[in-house]
Amino acid sequence: MTAVLEQRPGGAAVARPPARRRRRGRGRRLTILAFMAPWLIGLTLFFLYPAVATLVYSFTNFDLIDDPTFAGLKNYVFLFSSDPLLWTSIGNTVWLTVAITVGRVVFGLVAAVVLVRIKRGAGVFRTLFYLPALAPPVAASLAFVFLLNPATGPVNQFLHLFGIQGPLWFNDPAWAKPSLAVLGLWTSGTIIVIFLAALLDVPGELYEAASLDGANGWQQFRSITVPAISPVLTFAVVSSIITGLQYFTEAVVAGAVASGSSYTSGSSNNLGYPSNSTLTFPMWLYEQAFHQFHMGYASAMAMVLFLVSGIFTVVLVNRMRSAGIGEEEE
Amino acid sequence: MAITTARSALPVRRRAPRNVAWSRFLSWLGLHAVAVAIAIAFVAPLVFILLTAVMTDQQALTPDLWPRVWRWDNYVTVFRAAPLVTYFANSLLYAVLSTGLMLLSSVPVAYAMSRMRWRGRDLLFYTVIVAMLLPPQVIAIPIYVLWAHLHLTGTLWPLILPNLFGDAFSIFLMRQFLITIPQSYSDSARVDGASELQILLRVIVPMGKPGIAAAALFSFLNAWNDYFGPLLYTGENQANWTLSVALASFHSVHQVQWNLTMAATVLVMLPVIVLFFFAQKQFIEGIKFSGVKG
Repeated sequence: MTAVLEQRPGGAAVARPPARRRRRGRGRRLTILAFMAPWLIGLTLFFLYPAVATLVYSFTNFDLIDDPTFAGLKNYVFLFSSDPLLWTSIGNTVWLTVAITVGRVVFGLVAAVVLVRIKRGAGVFRTLFYLPALAPPVAASLAFVFLLNPATGPVNQFLHLFGIQGPLWFNDPAWAKPSLAVLGLWTSGTIIVIFLAALLDVPGELYEAASLDGANGWQQFRSITVPAISPVLTFAVVSSIITGLQYFTEAVVAGAVASGSSYTSGSSNNLGYPSNSTLTFPMWLYEQAFHQFHMGYASAMAMVLFLVSGIFTVVLVNRMRSAGIGEEEE
Repeated sequence: MAITTARSALPVRRRAPRNVAWSRFLSWLGLHAVAVAIAIAFVAPLVFILLTAVMTDQQALTPDLWPRVWRWDNYVTVFRAAPLVTYFANSLLYAVLSTGLMLLSSVPVAYAMSRMRWRGRDLLFYTVIVAMLLPPQVIAIPIYVLWAHLHLTGTLWPLILPNLFGDAFSIFLMRQFLITIPQSYSDSARVDGASELQILLRVIVPMGKPGIAAAALFSFLNAWNDYFGPLLYTGENQANWTLSVALASFHSVHQVQWNLTMAATVLVMLPVIVLFFFAQKQFIEGIKFSGVKG
């Protein structure tokens, strides 16, 4: 690929006159500006402006039709004192975030440890483990409502073979969130692939030395594997938490399908079905903003989400910084 | 040696005593048992979906797992049950245009952030990471208001056009990849008098193809799988629904037809699975680069 460039004799660069270098310097700055322009505009238009606007809206009454009117702290006061579903939605979001993060990290680690020690067929297993992670979330949610159908679903029939009366899954307020957590495990392929790559980077000599010293498998795992992949573990945990805070699609679709209604057509009676047990914070925000058109109020909710996710973002960015992600490898 | 595990191979290989060989065999057996069990649990849902999709209406409502009559024409019927061709075209439009515009805008950004040195570069790179991690619901309201003023709500353009201005995750992924190409390639091209644009197009794009391909794949996949965006902007306008939005409401219309619902589910999953089998390597490499390289 350097053939094109080699046509030019390269002598000029050795002793370039100062004037020309200055001109090149200006040209270089213009090039950087031109290359960066899309992001500079995008950052301003789709991140900085909306972040400021959300903050401003959060102090107003705004229904999209009339101009916003100043409301002071009213939205925030209502949010924390009178919103009937705020704490339900926060509780559900925390539950799902913790369950899915812990489930995925533990399961992902087990799957990756198994995969790394298998020689033959490891590629096939990796493909099979990763495949469900690609499934469109709507399709996966729909499939799980079918699989976990209390009366005719394959899962409860399988349990029936062992004489176990399966739960009502997506139709039982106590089981709806665990059902979503199971769905979260099915789509954990990304974490498995990340862990597997990290495990393959651990130098094999460490294990050889340890097994010569008589360390058993569990001791090796605790004192070699975990420390070696701890940056990746932290990354997986924190990014999973940030994703959990946004939990929306699976809960909306599973709730709607299990209740036999549709969220799209504007009927929101069954949002969070059954009995608000799957209503997450982003769903409640969406409902307030885009179905009830309480946009000022929803903006106050958005600021809460912004603050909480901001904390985890700072943790993650710091972690990435100390892992040297901002630096060049030479 | 087939039964030794990857980590326990010692430099000096003597015939292992019988009890050691036995315990190695047991651990081999245990590992494969766990792997096979997970594989079955992961594949079974797909198998049940495929089987139900070719059952009759009535049988899909029974506990039967194996089709008594194979109704392959369900895949034809489902196109009559909903205008899937339109939704498919909308999904494709969204995914293809988003990916194309993303490449146009984000490759130069990733280049400037990895192949050129300038003040403020790292600071701007952190804005990319923060933007990538920000929950979309946080800033959805003012952006929606913006598009409403432009009378573009109800269409997919509010989801496509922002890709003209760089996509944070794609920039991140490509930057992480491009930075691993040794700087000496750029430097020698600069010595030869090549402009940065020439270096980008003739040196870095060819060398960075795997990273760029991975970013393109994930961009396509994210658009194809997106539900929040199309629901927000096209929920009220059925003509512009994508497959995800349509599939989510399919079952409410065809309540007792799990067979058709599952056939539709298969059709929505299929393009993604085909894409994966053609580009498995790029997907896997892309994921590794999106995780922190330990």
